[in-house]
Amino acid sequence: MKNIDSNSHVKGTSIYLDDIPVRAGTLYALAYDSSCAHARIKKVDYSTAENYPGVIKIITHKDIPGQNQIGGIFPDEPLLAENDIHFWGMPIALIIAESEYIARKAKKLIKIEVEELPVITDPREAREKGHLIFPPRTFQMGNMDSAWDQCEYILEGRADSNGQEHLYIETQGAYAFPMENGSIRISSSTQGPTAVQKTVARVLGIPMHKIEVDVTRLGGGFGGKEDQATAWAVMVALAAQILNRPVKYAVHRMDDMRMTGKRHPYSSDYKIGLSKDLKIQAYEVTFHQNAGAAADLSPAVMERTLYHATNTYFVPNVKATAYCCKTNLPPNTAFRGFGGPQGMFVIESAIQKAANHIGIKTRDIQAANLLKEKDEFPYGQIVKKCEATNAWYATLEKYNIKELEEEIDSFNKNNVNSKKGLAIMPICFGISFTNTPMNNARALVHIYQDGSVGISTGGVEMGQGLNTKMVQVAMHELSLSSDRIKIETTNTTRVANTSPSAASATADLNGKALEIACAKLRERLLECASNYLNIDLVELNLKDQVLYHNDTKTDLSWDQLVTIALADRVCLTENGHYATPLINFDKSIEKGHPFAYHVYGTAIIAVTLDCIRGRYEFDYVKLVHDFGLSMNYAVDIGQIEGGLVQGIGWMTMEELLYNDNGKLLSNALSTYKIPDIYSVPKIVDIESLNSEGHELAIRKSKAVGEPPLMYGIGAYFAIQNAIKAFNSNYKNSFDAPFTPEKVLMALYS
Amino acid sequence: MISFILNDTTIETLQPAGMTLLDFIRYEKRLVGTKIGCREGDCGACTILLGELVDGQMQYLSMTSCITPLINVHGKHVVSIEGINGSDLTPVQQAIVDESGSQCGFCTVGFVVSLTGECLSRKISSYDDVVGAVDGNICRCTGYKSIERACNNIHSHLKEKDISNPIPWCSKNKIVPDYFNRIVERIEHIKPLPQSIGAVTIGGGTDLLVQKHDDVYESSIQGLFGKKGSIGIKVSEGKCSIGAITSVSELMESEEMIGMFPNLFNHMKLVASTPIRNSGTIGGNLVNASPIGDLTAFFLALNSSILIQNNNGDQRDLFLKDFYRGYKTYDLAVDEHLIKIQFDMPRENTHFNFEKVSKRTYLDIASVNSAMSIILSGMIISDIHISAGGVAPIPKYLAKTRAFLLGKILNEKTILAAIDIMQDEIAPISDARGTESYKRLLLRQLFWAHFLELFPEKFELITLKSVAQ
Repeated sequence: MKNIDSNSHVKGTSIYLDDIPVRAGTLYALAYDSSCAHARIKKVDYSTAENYPGVIKIITHKDIPGQNQIGGIFPDEPLLAENDIHFWGMPIALIIAESEYIARKAKKLIKIEVEELPVITDPREAREKGHLIFPPRTFQMGNMDSAWDQCEYILEGRADSNGQEHLYIETQGAYAFPMENGSIRISSSTQGPTAVQKTVARVLGIPMHKIEVDVTRLGGGFGGKEDQATAWAVMVALAAQILNRPVKYAVHRMDDMRMTGKRHPYSSDYKIGLSKDLKIQAYEVTFHQNAGAAADLSPAVMERTLYHATNTYFVPNVKATAYCCKTNLPPNTAFRGFGGPQGMFVIESAIQKAANHIGIKTRDIQAANLLKEKDEFPYGQIVKKCEATNAWYATLEKYNIKELEEEIDSFNKNNVNSKKGLAIMPICFGISFTNTPMNNARALVHIYQDGSVGISTGGVEMGQGLNTKMVQVAMHELSLSSDRIKIETTNTTRVANTSPSAASATADLNGKALEIACAKLRERLLECASNYLNIDLVELNLKDQVLYHNDTKTDLSWDQLVTIALADRVCLTENGHYATPLINFDKSIEKGHPFAYHVYGTAIIAVTLDCIRGRYEFDYVKLVHDFGLSMNYAVDIGQIEGGLVQGIGWMTMEELLYNDNGKLLSNALSTYKIPDIYSVPKIVDIESLNSEGHELAIRKSKAVGEPPLMYGIGAYFAIQNAIKAFNSNYKNSFDAPFTPEKVLMALYS
Repeated sequence: MISFILNDTTIETLQPAGMTLLDFIRYEKRLVGTKIGCREGDCGACTILLGELVDGQMQYLSMTSCITPLINVHGKHVVSIEGINGSDLTPVQQAIVDESGSQCGFCTVGFVVSLTGECLSRKISSYDDVVGAVDGNICRCTGYKSIERACNNIHSHLKEKDISNPIPWCSKNKIVPDYFNRIVERIEHIKPLPQSIGAVTIGGGTDLLVQKHDDVYESSIQGLFGKKGSIGIKVSEGKCSIGAITSVSELMESEEMIGMFPNLFNHMKLVASTPIRNSGTIGGNLVNASPIGDLTAFFLALNSSILIQNNNGDQRDLFLKDFYRGYKTYDLAVDEHLIKIQFDMPRENTHFNFEKVSKRTYLDIASVNSAMSIILSGMIISDIHISAGGVAPIPKYLAKTRAFLLGKILNEKTILAAIDIMQDEIAPISDARGTESYKRLLLRQLFWAHFLELFPEKFELITLKSVAQ
């Protein structure tokens, strides 16, 4: 089944935030933000701006009736700056005007005096100075003290990975309408409607039931609209409350890039020890997470870094410590992979370094340490239904790794101006919100009088194909065709207290809740039929919109069943609630069973370097992925291809640049480059691992949103291997992204 | 009053000439299928087609409406997605649906419009052409592989295309609605705008509307776009002259230019993207005076001169290399315009090469670019011109390097000695496009690349590298 939204997408009739018809009297909001990264505000003069024709009001923190606080995990982030500025682009005031144009004009008229303070952009410096968002955490297993004695090879080093701009093509935005009795309805481009509702209530000082948040769809999210969509929604709601007018804010791209947080840059130190048989005996790693100026989701992101510190390998002795470092960058936030990729990059770097030191292939170490059934993760979960080894060997055999390596060697022997490199990237990614209480969802299903069905869940469609999968679940449970099922907008008044659409778990959680709701309705209809026909319930079932008695078609269609049920005054509305079973985690000992299951896979990636110019092209990515039993292969393949290319982008051309004053230099699409159609691998071969899936995955179809991004990490090492083929003096350094600049410098180092 | 046809509707509007077409379409006409992604022509979410009457037929080109001023569409046919939609999906739309080439959908319309433009083109569409049509469209969801498959699907439809009459063919095949067949007669009724003198002179608008969006909106506009007719690209008496209003696409497709520069397509492919090349002009690139202007680098190495005219009609000539004074400043009075650029046609023994490296190979601004033309007598360098962008406050003509090289024997030693001179002649700074040391190294590499590309039988990277060490 194709993505059910694609018909309206190709016609341009899908509705995004900025497409909502504008109501008469709508005002436009624009944030006045700081032009320095750390300062004390001495004075702000709004007088000229306030008097500019068409400016309705300039809202400051003094106008906030509730709390000036939008922090999700910790209350450490004001909506509008009061006395202090903590990052470049921090909102100080909100200009409300009759048009965006007027607001832009007025913004230039605001004058500010500040006392600038020292700016920190480096997480290591922040740690040295004691600027931590919260105390460090350590995951440990085995005995580090004795572990090093068993090691033949011990290597230490540093690995850095830069951040990543989400670059959803639809920028952030929200639109608020005042309703009666002080209620407010907000359309928001958010992955987390409940977070918006809760935060608006807090800032406006009104109960949550007065706030309705509605989301049709997002033009991309990737984590960037999980927590960071909230501020804009709060701004328009605040203005709507104060002015009793509809207020809209569709954020300009450069404002969005400057003011929002991104994937966390990490700077890490590792020490890896291997015994003679290439078993990793010990791994010690310290992560410095660049959290930016406030907590946002950093604590949770950092936690996932720790969970994935050993990627898909079993290491008996592990000590992984992470510091959540407070700097003067915009608060960094969720981004596909959520800290996992940063953790994996470090151990892959360590393995590459060890392999180079020993003088063997990197894959020899990778293969010797793959997770096996009943191994233990450093966080205490026991490995079950392990596919690490299966995925690894399926990939190497399916694509004939030896032949691929020989091709590369032979190319490199015969070419001077260009060189090829190959790397293998295995992945293992845990599925569930690491914060156990968040792993729940609800679905509301109405069967209408004509037999058509309306479904609301807590999940947000952002391109991942959630709506399509939800239709499939309902089709399956209710035996209906897709045209009888409509997926409604995501709305806090229909489905409340939801977790954000994140952690790859949206289809699992909401799909399971939907299954429950649909199953109840199906049972109820069958009971009606049983009474009506006087046939035992167990002999009845639904198929192709018709009632069957055992295997025989009856005269009763779905529509007739609905009519009968309604005549019997049976409730044809149902709510399904699902909470993931089994999972738990005890932070006091940092042990537990946090994940419902893991997703595995292995990718081979090859690159060709232009050794004259330092440019590169990826020849192919060939991978075997653990889909489980994919319920929609087209949608899932799209997630793999998209995630992979996003991961390659992170490792190659996507370079966030802040100057020492904390100003973002890569602040537009002209200076921050994401992959275009010519920069993707020429060939992407994807095969499905032969596996049985997992019962905690929706219809045994494993979560697929985040894991494929991490295949892209292989790009870094493929480039490194190609450089070595040209320049034998090259010394490995692990500092992603591998931009053409770094490549050229390495080729001629 | 600006008048044009928007989809099937004739528009007459008093909106400012400098308003962006995007804002007009979305906010004045509520046609919200066209999306706002970046407002700087770098994502393609706002792509529209601009149809112009050429030789009695409509010719459609993709452009980014975010940086197209309203004045540039006067007398033309603007096509947004709403003007493409029929009752059923078009083959282009169907291909994207069938190949799952749309995920969040926000960029999708831009892809549909660009691909429809390729269908309407009066030329054979190879698979590479179809992919090339979306070289200005950025998608963050799909990783493009499904879009490549959709391109392949569309390409198979286009094998039957009637390239002499693409519009009737496209409407018959439901790629565009029937009303496209009646645009020619309607467009002829729109009278040209009277010649205006405005505070802001705009060609394609591809830089001004990025940098000075609100200023342009507020200003009176002197529009130049689409007024190329009188000059175009001409070759006579050993000289080639190119009107300043010639678009990059026109340059790229010019048979005269391809005759002189067989690698022109590959060189120009490195410049911007299809929709930007369709609207951006040669003159605009030169007077933009960006130190990394790609065309500036190209023409500097041809030792081009430019013709400048003031409002009284007085004309003067000067070498392009003498035009630039400092960062973004140049020798042009307020009442003067660039009319054309001229250069001596390459001779049979002239070798020319253009190089550019950026973070992303396509649709990006150069870290460093360089062009070189060289004439050899035997192995003696009898003439040479070299340019370098991104290494100085101005587009750099490497005069000292040229002086050093003239009359020298072309060999590795000469090349390496020239690099020392070159390094003294440039002054790169560290910025978002690279550090100073990178730009110095990169220029050396691009200089090597000129020789490796032009004389592959004479030079090898490995020798240059070892001599350099």
